[in-house]
Amino acid sequence: MKPVFTRPRSLTENVMIYCPGCGHGIIHRLVAELIDELAVREKTIGIAPVGCAVLAYDYWNFDVTEAAHGRAPAVATGIKRVLPDRFVFTYQGDGDLAAIGTAEIVHAAARGENISVVFVNNAVYGMTKGQMAPTTPLGWKTTTTPKGREPALHGYPIRVCELLSSLDGVCYLERVAADSVAGIMKVKKALRQSFLCQLENKGFSLVEVLAACPTNWKMNPAQAMKWIGEEMVKYFPPGIYKKTW
Amino acid sequence: MKTILLSGCEAAAEGAIAAGCRFYAGYPITPQNRFPEYMSRRMPECGGVFLQAESELAAINMVFGAAVTGARALTSSSSPGISLMQEGISYLAGCELPAVVININRGGPGLGDVTPSQSDYFQSTRGGGHGDYRTIVLAPWSVQEIYDFTYSAFDLADRYRNPVLILSDGMVAQLLEPVKLKGKSKKTIAPQWALTGCRGRKPHSIKSLFLTPGVLETHNWKLARKYERIEKREVRWETYYTEKMDLLIVSFGVCARIAKEAVEQARKEGLRVGLFRPVTLWPFPYKQLESCMKQVSKVLVIELSLGQMIEDVRMVAGEKLRLFFYGRPGGGIPTPEEILKEVRKK
Repeated sequence: MKPVFTRPRSLTENVMIYCPGCGHGIIHRLVAELIDELAVREKTIGIAPVGCAVLAYDYWNFDVTEAAHGRAPAVATGIKRVLPDRFVFTYQGDGDLAAIGTAEIVHAAARGENISVVFVNNAVYGMTKGQMAPTTPLGWKTTTTPKGREPALHGYPIRVCELLSSLDGVCYLERVAADSVAGIMKVKKALRQSFLCQLENKGFSLVEVLAACPTNWKMNPAQAMKWIGEEMVKYFPPGIYKKTW
Repeated sequence: MKTILLSGCEAAAEGAIAAGCRFYAGYPITPQNRFPEYMSRRMPECGGVFLQAESELAAINMVFGAAVTGARALTSSSSPGISLMQEGISYLAGCELPAVVININRGGPGLGDVTPSQSDYFQSTRGGGHGDYRTIVLAPWSVQEIYDFTYSAFDLADRYRNPVLILSDGMVAQLLEPVKLKGKSKKTIAPQWALTGCRGRKPHSIKSLFLTPGVLETHNWKLARKYERIEKREVRWETYYTEKMDLLIVSFGVCARIAKEAVEQARKEGLRVGLFRPVTLWPFPYKQLESCMKQVSKVLVIELSLGQMIEDVRMVAGEKLRLFFYGRPGGGIPTPEEILKEVRKK
């Protein structure tokens, strides 16, 4: 019998502790599948974030280091500059990348560091139980915006792909939505573009994945998936924001 | 072995290169700007990496990244920038990664000024960032020493898998003095624990997060045993004119160098004065200082601060000893005559 679905070599057998319906498990697997398919597992160094995916090194079966909150692009820069022939990627959430680590991501992009960035945008601080994120849509209730996000009080959400698209150092930028089987296939396609971009030494690339956080969105997984496709994409339109190769 | 004229910043950079360091990331801040400028030329010349970071936060995390791969990595900054780096230094210590950080101490608090100071003693010797950890701290008093200490700092960092600090100041950094250079640059290879891709071995991870109850405590005790080993083996100090003394001066770094001149002058005048100079500020030479202090009833601590090292001196001073302090905070620098005047008063 020929197996049709197996665990990628790049995933460990550890049980993921993510909530039901969480986007991280899906995206971890897509990363692992691609690393297998591109045959780069033995030359991969991943950088795990601070946030819900902080334990990513327990799930990926290749070399992974931690980074302080928001500093993953700087850590990746250090690794990649010493070992330019290795495959180096960061995996970061919205708080990590678009709030505390804004300077690091903007400057890694501006320098055109030849790294890949997997940016998971679920519009909320998940690990700390649902505070407002830099990407929380207007009107959205969180534990620190109990009456909903108001521009006058909390400012506006940041659109990372649009923000980075003005930088000359950036090679590839795409926003995708992990909201359906078709959406997830698109996520994988976008990640493949990003990974190839690095493997062909083209420079900085980032894929923003709109992902579900049912627990903190106070929805069931099906509702959360639906919300991505119906509401989240209005403020964060999917698409390719930059492609220079 | 060649002897050439270098500034303190340049000498430290050359010391690092001689030690096999091929990675420097930094951010401009006075009075250490010569450092990134010099490295921007020298690193490419010897096949290394130079990065001008967007902040000191980024610089120390670039160093963290380089250290993850087992490379010998260096950053330099001055006090306000070193404050920003404390997060990264704590992570380096927690992850047990070797790296060398050079602090060209300037006056504070806040923006302070850009003149020589020793006011970062507490920050340097007590860990500096969050959590239970220590960094080895070396305090050079000359351009030759900042070269030699930076060179040996990389061996110490690798030996103990721990960040090492060079605590210097704007005076040593900008002095021009002849430096005897070491021979060929060291060749280094990535240690076994490094992340280089998992070809032919099991994957490695580097982390300082231990959520399972009790595991972090075990990790902290492991670090504690390492710090004990460092305390046992790596204490460095120097003494001058410590035979037949009435008064012992305790001072470090450039301040000790000025004090040494005052001591020499005092001896000529027949005053029985000696000098004890801690070279490692952590581990502090408590035992050596204690035995040196046994001969005297008076001790004068001199620092370019409001008095920080004096707390370490006080720990071994005992009750019978009369402890005096002379300090110049905020970038003030004493002359040997000024110190001599203090000596005559005691």
